[in-house]
Amino acid sequence: MSALADHEMVQLLAWVTGILVVVSIVTGILRATHRDGPVRELADNLALRTRSFWIVFILFAGALVSGEIVSTLLFMVLSVLALREFLTLAPVEPGDHRAMVWTFFVITPLQYVLVAIHWYGLYSIMIPVWAFLAIPTLNAMVGDSHRFLERTATLQWGLMVCVYCVSFAPALLWLHIPGYEGQNPKLLLYCVGIVQLSDFLQFIFGKWLGRHLMAPRISPKKTWEGFLLGVGCATAVGTVLWYMTPFRAWQAALLSLIVALMGVAGGLTMSAIKRDRGVKDFGTLLPGHGGMLDRIDSVTFSVPVFFHLTRFFFAKGT
Amino acid sequence: MATAEILAAFARFISGARPRWTGCRPDPTQRIYFANHTSHLDAVVLWALLPPPLRARTRPVAARDYWLAGPIRRHLAVRCFHAVLVDRVPQHHQHPLELLDVALDEGDSLILFPEGGRLRAAELADFRPGLWHLAERHPDVELIPVYLRFFDRVLPRGAHFPVPLLTDVVFGSPFERREGEGRDAFLVRAREAVLRLGAT
Repeated sequence: MSALADHEMVQLLAWVTGILVVVSIVTGILRATHRDGPVRELADNLALRTRSFWIVFILFAGALVSGEIVSTLLFMVLSVLALREFLTLAPVEPGDHRAMVWTFFVITPLQYVLVAIHWYGLYSIMIPVWAFLAIPTLNAMVGDSHRFLERTATLQWGLMVCVYCVSFAPALLWLHIPGYEGQNPKLLLYCVGIVQLSDFLQFIFGKWLGRHLMAPRISPKKTWEGFLLGVGCATAVGTVLWYMTPFRAWQAALLSLIVALMGVAGGLTMSAIKRDRGVKDFGTLLPGHGGMLDRIDSVTFSVPVFFHLTRFFFAKGT
Repeated sequence: MATAEILAAFARFISGARPRWTGCRPDPTQRIYFANHTSHLDAVVLWALLPPPLRARTRPVAARDYWLAGPIRRHLAVRCFHAVLVDRVPQHHQHPLELLDVALDEGDSLILFPEGGRLRAAELADFRPGLWHLAERHPDVELIPVYLRFFDRVLPRGAHFPVPLLTDVVFGSPFERREGEGRDAFLVRAREAVLRLGAT
């Protein structure tokens, strides 16, 4: 069944489009009425972010509507883009080259093929077991022992976060949830949407009302006010949308809360890495956001948790 | 020309290269871009980062033996990026600089790697005197230092597959000649100009 035949899916897409239209209009008005000052700066930043959001959303919605395979391909591309940003900042050396060739050209595509043929038994262990063992072996065979553990661990970590974790997003499309057949694209949009909304609201509320920094030595932007209001509002929206999910209202509330909290955890973790490497953003791919990994850092932590909770409590079979 | 466009787009994608014009604009002035050399990708990517009108008039200087080694490389070097192919070991019949003189006299810009052969990653070797000779003979040509970062990670020496990591290309401000400056001092200063860009 095409995702467009599901009128709730259309409704959800319309909601996101609506939010983006409203934000675009509001930033447009702010930019027209403020020549300079902090409001203008915020509005300029928002305009950049919104434009990037539009592009990402159109790609994402297009992929969801085009079916599982296209969606899987899209997430594979996201994985590669995120991984290249991650490994560019990582302390890799020429000795890692062979392992990186395998990482980019064999392990990553294979993971998504396994997801696409919904071989849960293998895609859930391929990277944590097989790739985990293969990478140090490849590095050892090259024979460069300089900072061996650091380099090997970096590659393994990059694979886990940018490929393994992200691949659970398209894996959601193949979960068999009794009574929810053919509606899985909504579940994916629901999960990613809640995380992104939570990120966005945390940013807005943080700018607006933020006073107390959450982790001043890791992120200069995350505040307790933004955190509480952002996560709270995203959870509320997730709860209201329960009727589109296979969950009851209280379950949707709990899952939204967990997903939003995991998103915060992902954002903080990636901030710590960026801080350590002395950069503000992982890349420059998405103006206003930074790189791809800056945009999906929260998703990498949320999606696997959402997948496994849904699979454990609601799915049957694979 | 279509092949050149596709090749340039592909080179930009694989290298994820981002040009940073910190000291000059991508203007159609006749120039010698001189850069550090860490990978066979260097020349191609630097060339690919120039806007198309500049790219058509800019020729990388590359090693003849490497680029004529196979039909594909030969086609790319000769047809696509119009490389000036020089012998790494000077042959008796023609001095490699003569070819570069001809290219400059025809009004083309050059991409030059004054270190000559490649050294180990992250080390910038002493510059060979070719750059100085060209600067002497073509005083109107702008000399632009360029720093290429992370290229040795994308395609280290001896590797065959590039990995799609991100690279960084910094274009500096025109390198000024000084009155009465000798060859060695000029080359040391030129090398420092590239190194300084690497620190940005």
